[in-house]
Amino acid sequence: MDKPLNNRAWLFVLPVLVFVLFSSLLPVMTVVNYSVQDTMGQNNFFWNGIAWFQNLLDPSTDIGGRFANALVRNLLFSFVVLALELPLGIAVAICIPRHGWKVGASLVAIALPLLIPWNVVGTIWQIFARADIGLLGAALNGLGIPYNDTQDPTSAWATIVVMDVWHWTGMVALLAYAGLKSIPDAFYQAARIDGAGRWSIFRNIELPKMQKVLVIAVLLRFMESFMIYTEPSVVTGGGPGESTSFLSLDLVKIALGQVDLGNAAAMSLVYNLITLTICYAFFTVMTQLDRRKDV
Amino acid sequence: MATITLDGVGHAYPTRDPGEAKRYALKPINHVWRNGRAYALLGPSGCGKTTLLNIISGLVIPSDGRLLFDDRDVTSVSTEKRNIAQVFQFPVIYDTMTVRENLLFPLRNRGVDKRTAEARVVEIAGLLDLVPVLDRRARGLTADAKQKISLGRGLVRSDVSAVLFDEPLTVIDPALKWELRSKLKAVHEALDMLMIYVTHDQVEAMTFADEVVVMKDGEVLQIGTPTELFERPDHAFVGFFIGSPGMNFLPATVEGASGHVGETAFALGSGYPSLTDKVQLGFRPDYATVSNDGAGIPVTVLRIEDLGRRRLARVALGPHEVTATVPHGAPIALGEARLEVAAHHLHVYVDDRRVEGEAA
Repeated sequence: MDKPLNNRAWLFVLPVLVFVLFSSLLPVMTVVNYSVQDTMGQNNFFWNGIAWFQNLLDPSTDIGGRFANALVRNLLFSFVVLALELPLGIAVAICIPRHGWKVGASLVAIALPLLIPWNVVGTIWQIFARADIGLLGAALNGLGIPYNDTQDPTSAWATIVVMDVWHWTGMVALLAYAGLKSIPDAFYQAARIDGAGRWSIFRNIELPKMQKVLVIAVLLRFMESFMIYTEPSVVTGGGPGESTSFLSLDLVKIALGQVDLGNAAAMSLVYNLITLTICYAFFTVMTQLDRRKDV
Repeated sequence: MATITLDGVGHAYPTRDPGEAKRYALKPINHVWRNGRAYALLGPSGCGKTTLLNIISGLVIPSDGRLLFDDRDVTSVSTEKRNIAQVFQFPVIYDTMTVRENLLFPLRNRGVDKRTAEARVVEIAGLLDLVPVLDRRARGLTADAKQKISLGRGLVRSDVSAVLFDEPLTVIDPALKWELRSKLKAVHEALDMLMIYVTHDQVEAMTFADEVVVMKDGEVLQIGTPTELFERPDHAFVGFFIGSPGMNFLPATVEGASGHVGETAFALGSGYPSLTDKVQLGFRPDYATVSNDGAGIPVTVLRIEDLGRRRLARVALGPHEVTATVPHGAPIALGEARLEVAAHHLHVYVDDRRVEGEAA
């Protein structure tokens, strides 16, 4: 079939281009701009090449060391959070009833934490975890378990991890539940006829059928946990010491605390690229692995 | 291998009001499914055929009666302990497994020795033409291949009492339906198993089964061979549902060996006692011929439908309309004509049930 070639058709794409330009490209370009310039004040900028990036990626420099440490903390945090939320979310989803009024009640209960704004979640847990008056902190100390999230890094980490699990497991559960609901009854009936046990049904029917939603859940949870800012900023403020200073918290300190624009710009660009690369790699590997097995 | 006995098996869903009469999804039936035979459950949607199938497989526990496999009462035995295989409307396969693993799955779950299991899988795969794809992942295959895998998972178990089919050809391409149906028939002959096949398609039922069970509104109307169902339908619904087009019915009064429809008299093959209630004469369009110049009952031809292989005439008899066959090659014109029905193809129905005449 001969398709008419008319370059004026590009005009149709123009509105989208303009929108993307203003919503993301131009703001990012200002960051790129800062990342290759330096200033001595008075709003006089001069070209600095890739020096900020060289500094940042060299762990022996001050800023490089901070960046590397925060990056490791971030990766560890995302890993721990995913390792807890994914199995827990799936387990919760399997326990949700499939029929009757209990479905609605369970779903609302599970979704409640998702409806609370980030900073409110942070505030709730900040007070909840206080060693002197917080229900959690005081109770733990009362039981003889040493706990203080403002002085002990382990306590601080545990608080933030548990808070994130409380906040976001519901989302994984809802996604997994959607996947489970899409499995026709015939699969369960056939499995019973084939004599499959509960674990075998989970392994051979439920897990494969949930795979697509779980990939989405992992992507969403990874991105969100890797960029976490509000809750730790409210609960621990990055402390004690630097123990919960994630990349985002450090970035805000450098950019707005120290007004070190060059370092901050280089850091945000690298941060952004890392998130993008990990998500892309994960998505590609997951979908490719799956496809290869079909042949 | 087993004979399945339905001893007053019926199913009613619980009613809220204890005084209320039971509403049966399946009215109690007595029937014996004999080993080695193929049965079809035929009826419109919602007639209870799937409920009956699920009772046999154990997915539904009947509210009434007993279910026996040979002499063993299995009424409340769980599905996995019944040795039943079931093929569902949509193919059920285990996505992550290869075809071979799919077929091995029921055997592995039952702890069958590995070498025996492997050999059995190859044998069944050969029967179903699945050998070339044995090591492919099941997910990527076509719907009919997947349905064969579902079927194969039932057949690999050599101890199954019966193989149940719940409208298994619904999602199959029409061109492949015929092929898969003959495959089923071949499998049935090769393995000598009891097979029960649920469908709402009369062609499927008639070609597959030795005996067809016609159901409507939770009730079994007739059990018989395809020929019996066609020649002597026990119930007006069977006559109407089976055959294309369905049976003609005319309101009538019957006296002795003749049936009167308005002013017209039909000669019946045998005599009847005096009948009251709703009396109808029924005959198949296939056994009624219409011609412009023959003998028979005067009728008016309203229109002709040429189906290629045969021609059907829609004719008026007084205020009633019936369908009849135009003999091969005979010319036919609209308007006045004669209708002939052989006496032994005329059946008398009282309240929709066929009554047998007394030999004249």
